[in-house]
Amino acid sequence: MIEKIVVLEVVLPLLAAPVCVLVRHPRFCRLFSLGVVAVCFAIAVAVLLEVRGGGVISYQLGGWPPPLGIEHRVSTVNAYLLALVTAMALVVMSFDSRGGPPRVPEQRRHLYYAVFLLCISGLLGMTITGDAFNIFVFLEISSLSSYILVSLGGHRRAVLSAFYYLVMGTIGGVFFMLGVGLLYQVTGTLNLRDIAARLEPSLDDRGTVLALALLVVGISIKLAVFPLHHWLPNAYSFAPPKVSAFLAATATKVSFYLLAMVLFTIFGAPFVFEELRLQAVLLPLSILAMFLASGAAIFQTDLRRLLAYSSVAQIGYMTLGLSTANATGLAGGLVHLFNHAVMKGGLFLVVACLLYRVGSVHIDALAGIGRRMPLTSAALVIGGLSLIGVPGTVGFVSKWYLVSGVLERGWTAAAVLILLSSLLALVYVGKVVEVVYFRKPPETQPIDHVREAPFGMLAPTWVLAAAAVFFGLTTNWTYGVAKEAAELLLAGGI
Amino acid sequence: MSSVQSFSGLWAYWLIIALMMVGLYIVIARDNLIKKVMGLNIFQAAAILFYVTMAKVDGGTAPIVQSGADHAGGHGGHDVLYSNPLPHVLMLTAIVVGVATTALALALAVRIHGDYRTAEEDEAVIYDMEHT
Repeated sequence: MIEKIVVLEVVLPLLAAPVCVLVRHPRFCRLFSLGVVAVCFAIAVAVLLEVRGGGVISYQLGGWPPPLGIEHRVSTVNAYLLALVTAMALVVMSFDSRGGPPRVPEQRRHLYYAVFLLCISGLLGMTITGDAFNIFVFLEISSLSSYILVSLGGHRRAVLSAFYYLVMGTIGGVFFMLGVGLLYQVTGTLNLRDIAARLEPSLDDRGTVLALALLVVGISIKLAVFPLHHWLPNAYSFAPPKVSAFLAATATKVSFYLLAMVLFTIFGAPFVFEELRLQAVLLPLSILAMFLASGAAIFQTDLRRLLAYSSVAQIGYMTLGLSTANATGLAGGLVHLFNHAVMKGGLFLVVACLLYRVGSVHIDALAGIGRRMPLTSAALVIGGLSLIGVPGTVGFVSKWYLVSGVLERGWTAAAVLILLSSLLALVYVGKVVEVVYFRKPPETQPIDHVREAPFGMLAPTWVLAAAAVFFGLTTNWTYGVAKEAAELLLAGGI
Repeated sequence: MSSVQSFSGLWAYWLIIALMMVGLYIVIARDNLIKKVMGLNIFQAAAILFYVTMAKVDGGTAPIVQSGADHAGGHGGHDVLYSNPLPHVLMLTAIVVGVATTALALALAVRIHGDYRTAEEDEAVIYDMEHT
């Protein structure tokens, strides 16, 4: 039974999108897509419970057995990602519709929900499929719909940012496609497990090395690995706030899964990290991201841009975990996927609340907001503390395992740098908190009319803020699953 | 294999990489958004040509099974050499993706032109600096 319903994860949102287009009723579409996402979440949780402990669910599309047919294959690694993406989609979808795209009038909102569903379907498809070219197709489905979502932001720069995002994303997608083509040339198959079984990577085989290079660069563009991150701050700061929250919490996470899958499952850790020594590139870039992007965040005057640069820095932590190539560090990187999704998703929802009530998230406009919007500001503080990595929040859990993994590898300097970079996070979070709580509002812009955000916005924001504390105290579920996934990846399985 | 031989044997790949770099150069060097879209198209077309080249089998025919052809010349059905059809099928999907990307990019360019009154990237950036 469970192997039959796993395919619904992709099919349901994919079919629901045209339904939204046909029905054209904004309220119905909102509730309908919320319901679809809720069902997807329930399936993802059921699947995760089913595969924990080493189980695998395989669904053959159209009854064609792999390696010739396309297979949907779920193990702990992608079940974890499925649960993450659907959970974040559910929280963001349930956020009050007033946080939606400002430029889309009410009678056109059904199209917005349709595109949102397509984006979810693409992300879930990339995660679930066991076929290399199928990944490319779903990658493009999710990318194309996220370009549209970004372009719906209120400012005219949103469209320009979406255009840049499209150019970068398409180049990344074509690199990925070429990499898959070379792998097909070398192995004669597109099934991921089959490729992994037939591929005998060696440094003398130029085709294989080139395939690895193309795949890594292509995915790195989508993941916004420093220095390929240029599209991200623009896209996240001009997109509608709900869209920023969703993309920040899911899109880069799925790309991280793809990168880990390519490196560990297809090429294998011995080739990538011992023969080729990819960590010689990945580790410095991760550390540069942590410092330069955090440094850039300090000087931002717009809260959304500040959070976007902070995202680039956090992606640095994830790739740092990847480059350790040991179970603790990789599990630290994987658990940071969830933890960062929770905190950054929550912070972008806070931005949506502030934008709705204050009308601007420029740092100066937020002076003294802490007294007018106590609950929203408290959620901001929790998210901020988590970004720094204060004990009791999810950020601490990630950094704890990352530092342990790095020390296990013997990279003491990198461990020190992780801790030092947290100080930069302290500066940019401290800057915002200081303005929100301790600075007096400017005389010219009285904020007496500003009230607390409505319940429909506060509830989802606080779900994520509470999760940031809850999973900071209880790590059995998040770290437990991440550790199992990391061990599976290191063993070359998916 | 000498380098001359490997060049002559792989000339199609050299052409494809050259075409790809032409596309990428246009995307980077041109400020006009429409030209950027064109560069992106050339870039994608190079990748599509790569798959098509890869599918060609020397002396292979179109991969269409014909019942009559099997017996021609006394050969069995398995002796007919076909080109690999799979990459072509994949490229049908990639072409659709390319069309969708181009359509979306052009739609965004129209919107940018509406907001900025220009389709030149540098002019749009200047406009943004003047109208913050």
